[in-house]
Parts: sequence; structure tokens; C-alpha cells
Amino acid sequence: MSTVPTVPGLSGAARRRTRAIAGSGKVAVVCLIVIAVALLVAIIGSAVAPHDPNASNLNNSFVGPSAGHLLGFDSQGRDLFSRLLVGARTSILGPAAVVVLALIAGVLCAIVAAWRGGWVDSAISVVMDILFAFPGILLAVLAAAVFGPGLTAAALALAVAYTPYIARVLRSAAVRERAREYIAAGEVQGLSAWAICSRHLVPNVAPLIVSQGTLLFGYAMVDLAAISFIGLGVQPPQADWGVMVATGQPGVLQGYPAESLSAGLCIVAVVVAVNLLGERLSQRNEEQR
Amino acid sequence: MPDVVLEARGLRKEYGELVAVDDVDLEVREGGSLAIVGESGSGKTTIAKMIVGLTAPTAGSIVACGRDRSAPSRSARERRRRGSEVQIVFQDPYSSLDPRQTAEQALDEVLRLHRGGRQGGRAARELLDLVGLDERQGRALPRALSGGQRQRIAIARALAAQPRVVILDESVAALDVSIQAQILNLLADIREETGVSYVLISHDLAVVRQITDEAIVMHRGRVVERGSTAQILDAPQDEYTQLLRASVPRPGWKPERRRRPEDQGAPA
Ligand SMILES: Nc1ncnc2c1ncn2[C@@H]1O[C@H](COP(=O)(O)OP(=O)(O)OP(=O)(O)O)[C@@H](O)[C@H]1O
Ligand SMILES: [Mg+2]
Repeated sequence: MSTVPTVPGLSGAARRRTRAIAGSGKVAVVCLIVIAVALLVAIIGSAVAPHDPNASNLNNSFVGPSAGHLLGFDSQGRDLFSRLLVGARTSILGPAAVVVLALIAGVLCAIVAAWRGGWVDSAISVVMDILFAFPGILLAVLAAAVFGPGLTAAALALAVAYTPYIARVLRSAAVRERAREYIAAGEVQGLSAWAICSRHLVPNVAPLIVSQGTLLFGYAMVDLAAISFIGLGVQPPQADWGVMVATGQPGVLQGYPAESLSAGLCIVAVVVAVNLLGERLSQRNEEQR
Repeated sequence: MPDVVLEARGLRKEYGELVAVDDVDLEVREGGSLAIVGESGSGKTTIAKMIVGLTAPTAGSIVACGRDRSAPSRSARERRRRGSEVQIVFQDPYSSLDPRQTAEQALDEVLRLHRGGRQGGRAARELLDLVGLDERQGRALPRALSGGQRQRIAIARALAAQPRVVILDESVAALDVSIQAQILNLLADIREETGVSYVLISHDLAVVRQITDEAIVMHRGRVVERGSTAQILDAPQDEYTQLLRASVPRPGWKPERRRRPEDQGAPA
């Protein structure tokens, strides 16, 4: 697992393959089901967990699956299945918060840059370029130093790190849209800048906002897990998929990979589902143009 | 004589080194119509943009309905008022409508801005009627409409604010000839009905003749000739206007194959 949170670019061939898979309707349905289940678990996971996720009994350390304990126990003798259910909340809401924050900041920058143009556009571009130079992990370390380690600091850091990606992609789309004559027609009518941007400009780049958001969700999930993995995100003993991958490592070496593996699979399943769905949305968007 | 509804004096626009519009004067009277003709790049669109406030003039003054509009508007109210004085219809019917808005929604938005909420629905239908669109077309998204139908919507939207002047910047150029004729007739009818004035920007002299009574000829940002449309088209005084007129195919015009030097002596 990578410990450097960055947004990786897919190679051309890999990207074409992803697109082909994402284009299928059945795959989209499966993705939606996976996402729906994950969301449900994130909401009601703590309520339906059969056992206390933090109750440890060292006698049960690494004990395998049994009737009341579907996935068995981790190194400290805590029920793995319950920890997965309870961990879903931070594992899903954390990345969701990152995406929402990054989208708000990125869209705002992009729309202001496209609307005003000139020096405002240049200034925003410079700030975004500077932010680009900071890897997310560095921002996470800084945020942890300022706010103390935890999910909030990690999520804020990642949101800041992702903002320039959103801003850059959306700015060029917004600039293209801004130049279209229906925008000028609105200006001549006397509509306010706010009315034109909120009623015309943003809705017309909305498909791109949605597809960028879904792609980013997958990255945010992996990156937050990585930040938790190096101890700057969600703090043990709190259950979180990223943390579980990390704390399960000694078990992997001793021949008990269940903790790392099950949490890792949950992450992979949700990330793949969200990414495929995002890919499909952006395909739809291109087809409609 | 009818009142002057639009007047520009000493209008100038510089883009860096380039002087796109240089010392242009123009005047439009109530119910009258002025043509601006000239080759591509002569500054016609730039004049239109300055009049509607999409770009600020480097120098000169613009007065519409007795109010100066040379400087950007400072208040929301002033912006709206300018919108109800001069409107514009652009060339490209494909980009001049929001792809996510039906004709009715587009008209509603403008009507709400200028006339308040009350009579929204009825006024929108009247406007659609005026430009010859039925209810189904009013509820369709632009992507389901033809270029001519879209241009009718753009005209209806420009008229929604009940402006005194409408600028038509090559507004029929993208349409084929029979649709062009329909739209031009429509514009003439609308003028009868509403008393609106037109500024018609075109490089098509036939179009200009059909609906304008006065014309100015632009060349490299300057006005090289002005007068009544008939006089300018039939007996142009300026050398450039003569050239412009001569370059338009007329009935009986035969395309003549010009031999290029490298063609000469080539085997048949
Ligand atoms: N935003 C701009 N920045 C720099 N130069 C511009 C800008 N807009 C127009 N120009 C220049 O100003 C000159 C006049 O352009 P304008 O669009 O007014 O011509 P036009 O008469 O409308 O031509 P056409 O018939 O092709 O529409 C051109 O040389 C053009 O390159
Ligand atoms: Mg032009």
C-alpha cells in the first residue's frame, strides 16, 4: 500500500479498459448496490454491530471465524465483523467530507476565475499552482501539527490538496461556457453576476462537477486510509478501515491476514464502485455534448 | 422628426496596439433602422458590444434613450434599465441559448427580471406567438430545435424586456436563405407592431436592403461612408463601398474561372 497520497493518473491503455468496463449497464447497477450498502452501513453500522468493537479479550487473539463471530478476532481479540461495520462511518464519511469541501472550494475558485478573467484569473491560477506543489501528505503532517492528529485535520489537509485539481479541470470548462453567447445575453439583460453563475454557469458544468467528485471520492478514501496508516488520521483504538489495514500488519506477518485483508477489501470495493460510476457519469456527459 | 433613441459619438476601442474601432459616430431614430456593413474584422461586433455594455469603449460616448451608458453600470437597477433600453441578438443560434433552459424558461427569467413575477406565463406565450413558435416548441430544449427556431427564441428573449433598440449582429447569417427570409419578414412585422428600432450588422447587402433605411460602411474600424441604404447600395461614393458591392454576386453573375500562373501551360 502506498503511503504517499497523490492522485495517480491512469495510463492510456488502463484508462481505455476502465472506460469499457464502466460503459456497461450491469456494472453500473452493481456499483450502485455496493455504494448503497456501504452508505447504509456507514449510517446504521454502530447500531447493528453484534459486539462492542473495542471490547478486547486477549484470549481470543487471532481466533478464526465462529458462529457468533463471522470473521473471527483481531490481534487484541476484538470482533472483526463489528469493527468493520462500525469503521464504515469514518471510512466513508471522511472521504465524503473531503470531496464536498474540495468541490466547494474548487468550484468557487474556478467560477470566480472564469467569470472575472484577467488578473483575478491569473492570481487564482498562481495560488493553485503553489498548492499543487504541496503533496497531500505534507499538508496532512502540517495539519496534524496544527490541529493535532485526527480525522478532521487529515480531511482538511486532503481537501486543500485536492482543491487545485478540481479548480483546474473546472476552470477550463467554465471558461469555455463563459464565452458562450447565452452568458453575454444574460449580462445584456441585466442579470446579476450571481444569477448568471448560479443559474446558468454552474448548472452547465454540473455534470463535470459530479463526475470529478466521484472520481475524487475513491482517491480520498485511499489517501485518508494512507494517512491513518501512518498514524496522522483516525486514531486507534477507533475502528476505521484504513487504521485496520495498518494495525493488521503484524498479523499478516504471523499468518493471520484477516484484519488487513477484510478492511482492505472493503476499501477496494467502495473505491472501485465509486470510480466506475464516476467514469460512467463523465462518459454520459461527453455523449450528451 | 422622431426622437433619437441611440447615439454614439467619437466611439473608439483599442485592443493593445490594435485600434478596432476608430472615431465612429452613429444615430438611430425611434422606429428607424441602421445597417452597419463592412468586411470581417472591420469592427462591427466591437461597436455592438460597446453599445450593449459587454466591453467598455476606450473613448467616446454612447447615449440610449437620453441616458449615458459609456461607463459600466453601477447598480443593479441601472443594469436592468439598460437591459430594457437596448438588446442584442447574436449570430450563433447554437450558443446563444442556455442548453438546459426551454424557451419558456428563458423568457420567464427575463420577464421576471424586467416586469416582475405576475404576468409571467401569459407574456411568455405572447412572445412565443409573436415569433411564431407553438407551445410544444416553447417547452422544448434548444437541442430539439432547429437553428431558425432557436434564433426565433433569441429574438423573443431580446424583445421580452420591451427594448427600444435591438441590435442584430449577423443574426440571420447562420441560417439558410429561406429561413433568413422568414426571420427578416418577422423582424419587419415586429417593428410594425412594437415600434422598435434595429441596428442590423451584416455583410450581406441583400439582407441590409430588406430592412434598413440608413447605413454606415465600416473599413478597418472607421466609417468610410454613410447615408440612406438605397443610395449606398445603388450609388456608392466611396471606393471601398464600391469594392464591397462588386464582390456580392448578383443575378446574372457567372463564376469566372481564374487561371493561376502555375496552371498556365499545364497539359489539359
Ligand atoms: N477581445 C478582443 N481582443 C483583441 N482583439 C479583438 C478582440 N475582439 C475583437 N478584436 C479585434 O478587433 C477587430 C474587430 O473585430 P470585430 O469582431 O469587431 O469585427 P467584425 O467586423 O465584427 O468582423 P466579423 O464580420 O468577422 O464578425 C478584429 O481585428 C479583431 O481581431
Ligand atoms: Mg462580428
